[in-house]
Amino acid sequence: MSAVDHPAPRREIRERFGFLRRSYAMLVKEFIQLRRDRVSFAMIIMLPVMQLMLFGYAINTTPHRLPSAVLLQEDSDLARSILKALENTAYFRFLYEVHDVDDFDNLLKSGKVLFGVEIPRGFERAVRRGDRPALLVAADATDPVAASAAIGSLGMVVQTALKHDLYIGDPPEMPFEIRAHARYNPAASSSLNIVPGLVGTILTMTMLIFTALSVTREVERGTMESLLSMPIRPVEVMFGKIVPYVLVGFVQAFLIISIGVGLFGVPLIGNLFLLALLSTLFITTNLAIGYTISTLVQNQLQAMQMSMMFFLPSILLSGFMFPFAGMPAWAQYLGEGLPLTHYLRIVRAIMLKGATMQNLRFDTLALVALMLLAMTIAVTRFRRTLD
Amino acid sequence: MNGGNGIAIDVKGLTKSFGGREVVHDLSMQVKRGSIYGFLGPNGSGKTTTIRILCGLLTPDSGEGTCLGYDIRRDAEKIKRQVGYMTQRFSLYQDLSVRENLEFVARLYGLTDARGAARDMIKRLGLSGREEQLAGELSGGWKQRLALGACTLPNPQLLLLDEPTAGVDPKARRDFWNEIHALAAEGLTVLVSTHYMDEAERCHEIAYIAYGHLLTHGTVEEVIAKSALTTYTVTGEDLNGLAAELTGKPGIDMVAPFGTSLHVSGRDVAALEASIGPWREKSGLHWQKSSPSLEDVFIELMGRSKDNFQ
Repeated sequence: MSAVDHPAPRREIRERFGFLRRSYAMLVKEFIQLRRDRVSFAMIIMLPVMQLMLFGYAINTTPHRLPSAVLLQEDSDLARSILKALENTAYFRFLYEVHDVDDFDNLLKSGKVLFGVEIPRGFERAVRRGDRPALLVAADATDPVAASAAIGSLGMVVQTALKHDLYIGDPPEMPFEIRAHARYNPAASSSLNIVPGLVGTILTMTMLIFTALSVTREVERGTMESLLSMPIRPVEVMFGKIVPYVLVGFVQAFLIISIGVGLFGVPLIGNLFLLALLSTLFITTNLAIGYTISTLVQNQLQAMQMSMMFFLPSILLSGFMFPFAGMPAWAQYLGEGLPLTHYLRIVRAIMLKGATMQNLRFDTLALVALMLLAMTIAVTRFRRTLD
Repeated sequence: MNGGNGIAIDVKGLTKSFGGREVVHDLSMQVKRGSIYGFLGPNGSGKTTTIRILCGLLTPDSGEGTCLGYDIRRDAEKIKRQVGYMTQRFSLYQDLSVRENLEFVARLYGLTDARGAARDMIKRLGLSGREEQLAGELSGGWKQRLALGACTLPNPQLLLLDEPTAGVDPKARRDFWNEIHALAAEGLTVLVSTHYMDEAERCHEIAYIAYGHLLTHGTVEEVIAKSALTTYTVTGEDLNGLAAELTGKPGIDMVAPFGTSLHVSGRDVAALEASIGPWREKSGLHWQKSSPSLEDVFIELMGRSKDNFQ
């Protein structure tokens, strides 16, 4: 069958509304392409719905039931009622009871608790004597937002605690004093919290994009076909693509931390070497996740979209923008699956609290686990053939 | 390792489908070591798919065989070390220079002295002076030379070239084929797919594939002889009108214009001659019986296979 056998009728070319006609042609084409790109199409629906559900329910800027510890140096009825009263404010939830000052400090340093209440020896007797002893409440103020509402609630605790107690006679105006101590960030400066957080956030964004495009770029440029015909294994491709960016990420981390210390006056109390080591781990984890994305998607647009899907929860559920402790349990579980959550704890703890490897064991292991998981998925998902 | 029998490629019953459409059907072929094997067929006939199966880029749905003595299913990694595959589309890194591309390949195959190997190849390709030029900026002919250089760099035993000369000027094409013959003389086996008949005639053996079926194979002479086609070449006036009238007449399997002449071919000589009889005495037309060209054979095969397989 040829064109000669079935001549098509000659068609006129219309000149009017040329602008609209041509725009329409383009529009129809774009719609067809969008419909063919299933993943993009799904993202258009999924992205807003998922994000809205996630963040609408998860974000809470006045968090309650914050993890707390008590350093109990005497076990008296009064001490018990004070703890009860603190819990009744709904801001505190006592998870640990310790008797040693070092344990107490370590809990705060590692970020396992945000508050520590210290009830000194001979406290009850001093109250009865009318000595007005001090009750120390140490708050981890690295995140001022999380701590402030709870600190504000302390004032009324004194009254309520004693109301039901067996105190004989009218309590004096102030039978004891609550001394709130905002540790690590006494001035409640938000930049002390945000700048270290930015280190992690910026690194997440840039590292993710670097590697998320790497495999799709090879596919789209047609270089994948000859790469696959050569004797190279998926693991080798992955390492070759990740390692250069570890250096890039390291330079970036160095820049951001230098600016944070130099310009914003963020202290760097902890060990610089430890910070560098764990930052490298975090960078590698993100690169591995980006690389995994690039083995899952079909083109660069999808790679960008999927990176966004990962990046937004990272910002919102990691404790960067909103207090982690304030999120509902399910959101916290999600957050634990994000490398940024762990790195934020690490970088804040090292810079502001001078935490050691010992304090950060859990978060370090979590980062290693996430990295290995991402790499395993990437290597198994990497297509060795064009099938 | 060599399979010992002088056969580089030996496959039987290869079948491959994509999305329910069979692209390669029950394909069997043998390629002798050191020969240049031409792979011909229309677009979409399954040439590229077959080549990809041979170098382990695709797994066949069924069928088996060996490539350089290695099993094409199990030993894809070993095959990759010994095979140079030149893709249809330029697939080196456009944003790397000539030298960087060659060094990348040399390192990937683990050649000792990758820099030296790249330098030697640049000299051999006649690319000296262009080694720092980005591959993407090279002209079509140079790109194709570079791609050939990249796939011969690791000293493969078998070259798979997928339409290597598409869109390349005649001079570059000739140079390219001279290079391929030089490589074959060194003992390399070359499987090359092409659309050009003159290139087919430069091959030691050819195979014709259409709609996934291997229709014929052998030397050029064998293929022409096997076709059992008789061809008349007509010159004269109003050949277009004549072509329209002859098409579809009994015994006439193919009418094809070739420049200022017309080729009229058929497998049944008697029927063909009966059908063209009324026009043979017509003034202004000159008829001559000739042996069919390779192109006649292929066009006729293609026309026939279309009816059978589509």
